Amino acid sequence: MRVTQGTFSFLPDFTDEQITAQAQYCLDNKWAVNLEYTDDPHPRNTYWEMWGIPMFDIPDAAGVMMELAACRKIHAGSKYIRLTAFDATHGWESIRLSFITDRPINEPGFMIERQERGGRNMAYTTRAYIADKPEGERYTG
Amino acid sequence: MTDTVDLQRDFAESGLSDEFGQLDRELIGLAPVKQRLRDISALLLVDAARKRLELATEAPTLHMSFTGNPGTGKTTVAERMAGILHRLGLVRKGHLVSVTRDDLVGQYIGHTAPKTKEILKKAMGGVLFIDEAYYLYRPENERDYGQEAIEILLQVMENQRDDLVVILAGYGERMETFFASNPGFRSRIAHHIDFPDYGDDELVQIAELMLEKQNYGLSAAGREALIEYVAARKAQPLFANARSIRNALDRARLRQANRMFAGPQPVAIEDLSIIDAPDILASRVFDAKDAGE
Repeated sequence: MRVTQGTFSFLPDFTDEQITAQAQYCLDNKWAVNLEYTDDPHPRNTYWEMWGIPMFDIPDAAGVMMELAACRKIHAGSKYIRLTAFDATHGWESIRLSFITDRPINEPGFMIERQERGGRNMAYTTRAYIADKPEGERYTG
Repeated sequence: MTDTVDLQRDFAESGLSDEFGQLDRELIGLAPVKQRLRDISALLLVDAARKRLELATEAPTLHMSFTGNPGTGKTTVAERMAGILHRLGLVRKGHLVSVTRDDLVGQYIGHTAPKTKEILKKAMGGVLFIDEAYYLYRPENERDYGQEAIEILLQVMENQRDDLVVILAGYGERMETFFASNPGFRSRIAHHIDFPDYGDDELVQIAELMLEKQNYGLSAAGREALIEYVAARKAQPLFANARSIRNALDRARLRQANRMFAGPQPVAIEDLSIIDAPDILASRVFDAKDAGE
């Protein structure tokens, strides 16, 4: 199941050229561009690992692409990688844009778990199949 | 039907004539440097025209090395170069990141690569200016981390030619040794530009320009004194061209302020911005000359 989240989640994955254009837009708006990766695909997982520090003082997207290339060298194929842009201006102080740049080759998806509770109530939860494996061993083969 | 290309119009549209006009006004002398800049610009304009006509062009290698004595305007020209390359559309942003060895080379194992990459990241889309580049290479210490920075630089200079232009600068002889021991650099640098020393009259013009920028002027006697000063200073050791002149002017302003302060009050407004002969003639440079004779 193809995991989607963030801005442009309804579009196909971006090409490098499109990522560059988006990153440039963020930098032109003085947003700090940040790369993150994770191997826990749950939609409520907000704690992705940071790749380096946010890039707030570079003028050109080629610098972002350089970092992305370095991140991909290690994590591509076995982790999700996303690009986020943080707007530090007063009143915003939050992520303005975020999209997935890389995803594992094989995404097993999620199962829904039902729990019967008192009074014939049902509780539901989603669980990623891949989360059965320990961290770092997911998506490895 | 023969299609034509109006290169002069391209030149006008690129805004380069402004850039060159400013260059001529603000940079005195340096004729070979300006000529070289014009040559490069012409080539790049022709390349751009060829690209529009879909004739095969290869992205030109733009890395440069500036060699010359202290104070001959290497940094100033590098700043201009960033603007010119931006006008020509060869760098996307046209900013200048000016660094020295300290900014690139780390202090312990594993420190250099991230440091160099951080700088390269910042310089992407602009010009990376490495001042006194020969310090990167220290042959006396074979475990020096400079070599690591050099390797990363070379790789980026080769693979990301569209993203960044590297300018190496330094004093002539030492750059020669640097290139001799790092042949990789020499072959990746397309333009070696040598900055000549300034002539006496050029230095005087530079001084006048500097004063003008600070809203000062020279009196006629002051100008005579300055011409004498330049000749005397040039004969002394450690002469750093325009930089020495700037320092001399700073000291002259100091003396002028002192003279105004000690002199009869009130002071005329226009006198406040006039550097006169005594301000310059009081310099130690003249003592040394007299002593030497």
